Amino acid sequence: MVDCFNFAQETKTVIHLQLSLMLEWLRQPWPWYVAGPLIGLMVPALLLIGNKSFGISSSLRHLCAACIPSGISFFQYDWKKESWNLFLVAGILLGGIITGIWLLSPAPVQVNPALAKELAAYGIQDYRSLVPAELFNWETLFTAKGLLLMLGGGFLVGFGTRYAGGCTSGHSIMGLSTLQWPSLVATICFMAGGFLVANWVLPFILKL
Amino acid sequence: MKEQSIKDKAHQDFLASNADFEVRSLDAVCFNESELRHPWWYNFKYLLTGILFGILLIKAEVISWFRIQEMFRLQSFHMYGVIGSAVVTGVISVWLIRRFNIRTIYGEPIVFVTRKLNKGNIIGGLLFGAGWALTGACPGPLFAQLGTGATATIITLLAAFAGTWCYGWQREKLPH
Repeated sequence: MVDCFNFAQETKTVIHLQLSLMLEWLRQPWPWYVAGPLIGLMVPALLLIGNKSFGISSSLRHLCAACIPSGISFFQYDWKKESWNLFLVAGILLGGIITGIWLLSPAPVQVNPALAKELAAYGIQDYRSLVPAELFNWETLFTAKGLLLMLGGGFLVGFGTRYAGGCTSGHSIMGLSTLQWPSLVATICFMAGGFLVANWVLPFILKL
Repeated sequence: MKEQSIKDKAHQDFLASNADFEVRSLDAVCFNESELRHPWWYNFKYLLTGILFGILLIKAEVISWFRIQEMFRLQSFHMYGVIGSAVVTGVISVWLIRRFNIRTIYGEPIVFVTRKLNKGNIIGGLLFGAGWALTGACPGPLFAQLGTGATATIITLLAAFAGTWCYGWQREKLPH
């Protein structure tokens, strides 16, 4: 009887230990060769469960069509037919919350020392969050720097993705997976635009 | 009355030239429109997929502003590794689906849509790249960043919403 009890206790401890080890492993940042293929599997997953092509940025268009179509022809369509996409982005938001509560790594993100040195010159030293706490907060929003980064940057993301007909998921992952060369052109342009701005425009904004 | 029909015609033309790589239900010939009619709660499978994708985006650090800066300065292989291996996985998956005529879980044939190149892919691409470098986020990460509690990023998300609306508003005047 006592043995039986001890055994149960031990099993419980072992299971507990294994769970906490697993959680510990999940909390670490995942290496590219784990995360990349898993992201790639989004393509067949969405095709198999409902014949959907992977793409996130169109959710913003559906939101416009649902909330403020304002008689603009670009937003006159049956957005309910694309409502799956809104469920997908709602899931991404929930995934962010779940990760934020249970799975976030306590350690700050490890970046290239050259980048850390460059950013330190602009007073950016907080690596705990996904975005630099010194730049993306409610106080900086009312400065030129914050306005350009958050409002300007966000506007370009929304405008640019729809003008390009897709984003990193729609073009770079789904489009390239189906070997569409417009998607390759778009991906090259994403990278080119990013290179120009990160290296030659962002430094001026960070100096503000 | 005549004005209305011209407007309708313009709208039909617009639908016929759907240049959105992500929106399928607008395709003029609805050959890919599913015959299946599911109740709305079937959409919860996409919510679940989204949750998994959100976790994945954060754990891979691909939505970290710092990682994006590294990528655009060629200081780290991480982002290239993630995107590269995701594309390779996608290409192989799509090839397998085509090669073996794999159907959806409801037995429907899987449809792929191809689109033509337009100027928007280039101009819009450059503009989006610029926004990506500034915010450290493409549209998916915008939702995930907000979820992790960086509350000010709701401004980025609202600005993206405004950007999409302005594109729709000025679309006819832009080169495509």
